[in-house]
Amino acid sequence: MTIPLNVSGLDNSGRRIVVDPVTRIEGHMRCEVNVDSNNVIRNAVSTGTMWRGLEVILKGRDPRDAWAFVERICGVCTGCHALTSVRAVEDALGIEIPYNAHLIRHLMDKALNIHDHIVHFYHLHALDWVNPVNALKADPKATSELQMMVSPAHPKSSPGYFRDVQNRLKKFIESGQLGLFANGYWDNPAYRMPPAADLMAVAHYLEALDLQKEIVKVHTIFGGKNPHPNYLVGGVACAINLDDVGAAGAPVNMTSLNFVLERIREAQDFTKNVYIPDVLAIAGIYKDWLYGGGLSATNVLSYGTHTVVPGDKSTDLLPAGAIVNGNWNEIHPVDVRDPNEVQEFVDHSWYEYGDGQTGLHPWDGDTTPKFELGPNTKGTKTDIKELDEAHKYSWIKAPRWKGHPMEVGPLPRYIIAYNSGREYVIDQVDRSLSAFKQATGSDVGLKPFLTSTIGRTLARALDCELCVDSMVDDWHALIKNIKNGDSSTANVEKWDPSTWPKEAKGVGINEAPRGALGHWIKIKDGKIENYQAVVPTTWNGSPRDSEGNIGSFEASLLNTPVERPEEPVEILRTLHSFDPCLACSTHVMSEDGEEMSRVKVR
Amino acid sequence: MEKDVLILGIGNLLWADEGFGVRCVEQLNTTYDFPHNVTLLDGGTQGLYLVQYVQRADIMVVFDAIDYGLEPGTIKVIEGDDVPKFMGAKKMSLHQTGFQEVLMTAQFAGGYPSELVLIGVQPEAIEDFGGSLRDCVKNQIQPALAIALDYLNERGVVISKKSDQDNAEVPDLAPNQLNIDVYEAGRPAEAEAYRHGDVRFIPNAINTHDGEA
Repeated sequence: MTIPLNVSGLDNSGRRIVVDPVTRIEGHMRCEVNVDSNNVIRNAVSTGTMWRGLEVILKGRDPRDAWAFVERICGVCTGCHALTSVRAVEDALGIEIPYNAHLIRHLMDKALNIHDHIVHFYHLHALDWVNPVNALKADPKATSELQMMVSPAHPKSSPGYFRDVQNRLKKFIESGQLGLFANGYWDNPAYRMPPAADLMAVAHYLEALDLQKEIVKVHTIFGGKNPHPNYLVGGVACAINLDDVGAAGAPVNMTSLNFVLERIREAQDFTKNVYIPDVLAIAGIYKDWLYGGGLSATNVLSYGTHTVVPGDKSTDLLPAGAIVNGNWNEIHPVDVRDPNEVQEFVDHSWYEYGDGQTGLHPWDGDTTPKFELGPNTKGTKTDIKELDEAHKYSWIKAPRWKGHPMEVGPLPRYIIAYNSGREYVIDQVDRSLSAFKQATGSDVGLKPFLTSTIGRTLARALDCELCVDSMVDDWHALIKNIKNGDSSTANVEKWDPSTWPKEAKGVGINEAPRGALGHWIKIKDGKIENYQAVVPTTWNGSPRDSEGNIGSFEASLLNTPVERPEEPVEILRTLHSFDPCLACSTHVMSEDGEEMSRVKVR
Repeated sequence: MEKDVLILGIGNLLWADEGFGVRCVEQLNTTYDFPHNVTLLDGGTQGLYLVQYVQRADIMVVFDAIDYGLEPGTIKVIEGDDVPKFMGAKKMSLHQTGFQEVLMTAQFAGGYPSELVLIGVQPEAIEDFGGSLRDCVKNQIQPALAIALDYLNERGVVISKKSDQDNAEVPDLAPNQLNIDVYEAGRPAEAEAYRHGDVRFIPNAINTHDGEA
């Protein structure tokens, strides 16, 4: 049965389940679904908190400082906002950055993606598939055999190693501090892994924790520190002197560059020998659980990323494009400056447009907030029991590309790259599909396999592999360029505001770990006149639009059977596969109430 | 063996009193000298990404703004095992969910401070994007620092004030555009940048919401 992507195909007559808050995500999100008499989801409603915009902190400030502020708006998206910000300023002022800076930004951006993807999978998403309590029942010998089978190259595979992990886990759970694993539904039949595989995954949870702290050191080398590395309009905030032998704060030298290469190699080993095999192993165990595809099968959007030749978007390793109506044979070009492409609708959002206005480009708003609940709402404005999605029901707007709702993220990037004929990506995807076929004997075909919850999770792992592999290329290109005598890391020709035009505007785009990100800036008299961002989770978390077309989160939940409606394992599994991040938002749902009473205990 | 000490400020400096923790370590950094076994860290809202710093520490001091339901500006000190319990009980902001998980992750993975103190302050306002500390919270920075320094002193970690000439050379923990004075002085006026929402959607907000703080 195909997934209905319009309200006309939804059925809200069944039992209503409310998940609030959705846990293990950044920020606050609420989700409501209706299940039919067979416990299959037939209607889904996703609602989120308001994105406050950056103008409130940035207006009137120096554009060269914007990156430092945007780096603070969210705990997990620091570097991607900072990078997108310096790109927006450079676009506005016509600044070209040196080749070294181009390569170093790649290394920093990819390190961020790798870090984010690995932490997301092992520490936020794995518990949707893996049952740590079940791991206590495992025979460490069986886990050892499994490890050697799924990944012969991984050195940590002895029975003794897994026994130690199991003992550590046992001690932790027995101490009464189930903590990390509290609020799990550990006897729910939705968990299908055998104990041996669960134990392997717990061991990798710990290994991933060790790995993540190493890869971020790339930011310390090039950005001076971590957390919150430094960025710079015009280039990067580090100097290069290969022969330098200095200490902290000194230029990047051969020793530090070799250190970076070691970190890349480590992450490469982990991604290829642990991360990807783990995702494929989970896919094999959950082989008939190919739910959760939603919009990804029909409408996907990417701004493109990892441009090899500076300034030439056609050399993006993951190209820009849009696919609509499931036609993989046609990739549409995307122009973020065109007022008719990216537009936001508010029919189901708590805002109001003026007469006759429907969709508006981010630059052209004309509305006021309008917090009102539909007649079928249950509860009150300050304590909503059930939303009425036929009316306004979210602070998140509904962005649309040429009127279409779009999914963004690693899976859309991969679908577009695959259909654009990128050989590296085609090889990765085909290899994964054949591994799945081999392990399960199941021949479902590429589209049903990839456009699913597990496909979304797999695409993130493949995205991670592309990052580690291409970091090696970036590293060699950097060494070669420096050895050719170029040690420049910043273009300061237009650093002085007296060289700027009186007015300028620009846009910075990026593919953040969780999808398409854009920052729009207007500069006047050397100061920021206006600054706006459209973030990936606005696309994915979008409510319905004027045509009744639903957003990505909502679409992804439809037709999914749930084992126990009161335990939303399957709902969390699919929502987490998007790596949602709603931190660029307020703390609360309601406009009512006094300042401090808005602080809610959850 | 010499003990590793971590002094950590957490919170979001863009959210008014949420910035208390970060402002405390900023102040420590500019006014005190620290022995090499002491790490000062502006943790922001990094959550799980801070786990390696916690794992490495023998003694940890955390500054944060926490909703205790007390009078705004009240300092509350929590020690030892009560810290993770406390941070889970009352979650005010995004990073607190994260930080309780950081502590538990460190416990599970191994490497957990043997001594741990949380110095918190009751915020007055957090729903003020781009705002700075309210006076009643800002006035508690010095008393909070004194509590931290006493706590460390009792454990043999001696920290002295910088002399004037040292002061000139101290590297900032955060980019200097975010230093509290620069941050406050550069804030756009409310009439210019509406503080309660995204202006694309509320261009008339300045007229219709005049006077609201």
